[in-house]
Amino acid sequence: MEIGSEEEKMGFEETELRLGLPGNGGSTEGEVARKRGFSETEATTMDLKLKLSSKDAGMDLNEKAKNLKKEKNLLTADPAKHHAKAQVVGWPPVRSFRKNMLAVQKGSTEESDNKASGNAAFVKVSVDGAPYLRKVDLKTYQSYQELSDALGKMFSSFTIGMKDFMNESKLMDVLNSSDYVPTYEDKVGDWMLVGDVPWEMFVDTCKRLRIMKGKEAIGLAPRAMEKCSNRS
Amino acid sequence: MNYFPDEVLEHVFDFVASHRDRNAVSLVCRLWHRVERLSRQRVFVGNCYALSPEILIARFPGLKSLTLKGKPHFADFNLVPHDWGGYVQPWIEALSNSRIGLEELRLKRMVVSDESLELLSRSLANFKSLVLVSCEGFTTVGLAAIAANCRFLRELDLQENEIDDHSGHWLSCFPDSCTSLISLNFACLKGEINLAALERLVARSPNLRSLRLNRAVPLETLQNILMRAPQLVDLGTGSYIHDPDSETYNKLKHTILKCKSIRNLSGFLEVAPRCLPAIYPICLNLTSLNLSYAAGIHGSELVKLIRRCAKLQRLWILDCIGDKGLEVVASTCKELQELRVFPSDVLGVGHAAVTENGLVAISAGCPKLHSLLYFCQQMTNAALIVVAKNCPNFIRFRLCILEPTKPDPVTMQPLDDGFGAIVQSCKHLRRLSLSGLLTDRVFLYIGMYAEQLEMLSVAFAGDSDKGMLYVLNGCKKLRKLEIRDCPYGDKALLTDVGKYETMRSLWMSSCEVTLGGCKTLAKEMPRLNVEIINEHDQMEIGSEEQRVEKMYLYRTLVGPRKDAPEFVWTL
Repeated sequence: MEIGSEEEKMGFEETELRLGLPGNGGSTEGEVARKRGFSETEATTMDLKLKLSSKDAGMDLNEKAKNLKKEKNLLTADPAKHHAKAQVVGWPPVRSFRKNMLAVQKGSTEESDNKASGNAAFVKVSVDGAPYLRKVDLKTYQSYQELSDALGKMFSSFTIGMKDFMNESKLMDVLNSSDYVPTYEDKVGDWMLVGDVPWEMFVDTCKRLRIMKGKEAIGLAPRAMEKCSNRS
Repeated sequence: MNYFPDEVLEHVFDFVASHRDRNAVSLVCRLWHRVERLSRQRVFVGNCYALSPEILIARFPGLKSLTLKGKPHFADFNLVPHDWGGYVQPWIEALSNSRIGLEELRLKRMVVSDESLELLSRSLANFKSLVLVSCEGFTTVGLAAIAANCRFLRELDLQENEIDDHSGHWLSCFPDSCTSLISLNFACLKGEINLAALERLVARSPNLRSLRLNRAVPLETLQNILMRAPQLVDLGTGSYIHDPDSETYNKLKHTILKCKSIRNLSGFLEVAPRCLPAIYPICLNLTSLNLSYAAGIHGSELVKLIRRCAKLQRLWILDCIGDKGLEVVASTCKELQELRVFPSDVLGVGHAAVTENGLVAISAGCPKLHSLLYFCQQMTNAALIVVAKNCPNFIRFRLCILEPTKPDPVTMQPLDDGFGAIVQSCKHLRRLSLSGLLTDRVFLYIGMYAEQLEMLSVAFAGDSDKGMLYVLNGCKKLRKLEIRDCPYGDKALLTDVGKYETMRSLWMSSCEVTLGGCKTLAKEMPRLNVEIINEHDQMEIGSEEQRVEKMYLYRTLVGPRKDAPEFVWTL
């Protein structure tokens, strides 16, 4: 699973809530001086970086900046290599009102005629701290990274959407202090850490998603760290 | 030329209706200017920062209807930060302190507060019509004030606004004595509605012609409403879900048969396709159909519906209709003038369902087409050339290929020739949006042929400053130019600075213009406001070579605005 390289491409998000792993130094470098290539200008994005490989650790500031420039050039010069699903701010040019309406409707209409199984795999997503839950169709994503990006966008306004956090140093405090751990409930009712199994298997077995915050995640975290080091 | 008394001139001017014509009339001589301004009732202000409320009030004491636009167009796509501006409050304050008897206010992309709405409702005794499009900043509390205090309210039209819903109570605030409603549109409200109050309101509004409901209004209520208002011309359904075997649905089928006046149909924000047959009887009368929020209608149900709408002039649809569905539109809707095909998958994680084939079919089948907004997966030069030949009457042509800088997939060439064919063939083209892979050459064509072009939107296009220069030189009637992610720099910006005073505004973001270039421009053109949007403190004072991420400039009579937030620098 190419999580490392996808992270490089997506590295221009303004905020990254590294999922994690207390003690893993992944969140300290790089993000501060990020150039604003195509990142969200409105709400800050919460990038639920699924800590699935240790490749991203240790990527330094310059490298990140270079990757951003590269990504920008890629976008304008070489459409063939352009990741078909990369999110460019304000593109496609559709009013936010319309985007939001359609997103809400997708949830409810497909739910009402979700009899045809295999077409959709809707699961509830809860993020600790958010006032309400969302539903996502796992079948519309092809990888953990896509899911992570989409969830980040969905929940950004609840986590770091407040204007206070436009101040960069305050932002870093929040990033460093709260860790998000994605967990899911599987077919038999066990709560698992997201990312262990291949994506397709995950879509089949996931019944519900919960993004846990901070302290509650500690119980799972040591397991996560273990899995992480096994993965590389 | 004082051949006639003022009253005669005024009477003649009554027949001059359009804003442009009246503006032209006012420039003829001082006498005409005076007569015109004293008799002018409707004023359109395309940029609320181009002048001040005081100037407006002083010039047009007989003002009855005011249209104001606030934020730049790209604010629709999250490119403008939240607190940029566009507040209506100073306008309402000024109007309420004046002797102007304003009756109609139409706002687009402005920030409207509950306080503003309350002030409006209390101070303008004759107020009749409020139309808010893509506005924000207010809640249902403000709506309650309008409902309660505007005794002669005829129109309350809320289109795609971000409104905080505090309760459905506002509808009950229309007093029993309010019987003047002609148009009510609250489709964009997300919350619950007092259904009984709604039914009573409809029952006492014999002049109601246009009613657009929100999602919270169920089919039963729709049935009751239509029973009392069979005279409706424009209907937007709310939630259109029911058991098709139920008595309620049966009643609805019969009730709709009496609604012979319905010409515009929209809504279906939630829909059970099996209930659609109830509306089949009115389809033949429809001239306008908006299913762009009806994500629940697709496939064969959608096609079945469209086949019955032979008189459609305007169709707004989602791209799940597919190329095949567009072929049905082409063979059915021979009167079609305006088509908008929106992407159903805006998160960009799927594939758009329409391609160049759908557009070619439409162009062949609908010769009266003059306005197009088309989001598609791909486009070819060949297709655009055919479209240009089939439909030389385009006034608005907005094409959005979902993947930025995508070339013609057949030839792998840029789409310069395709768009070139469009501008060459469509001599009345006023608005154009480009997409796909484009070089400087398309701008050469635009500069050469698009003589009537007033608004141009460009993204991810061009190779050098020449592109922008071709447009600025060639398009004499250009009013609005908005550019993002193009390699245009200071040379393009500064070559013809006088041009910008002939335009309403210029937006450039993620281009190559520098702080120094913008400063130079601002210095040479004092009657322009050159605004730099400096989000997140990216820019340092003093460093002239740094790129400016977002620049918005516009002509103005009143200099730098005083309500600019910290992150907006007016140079």
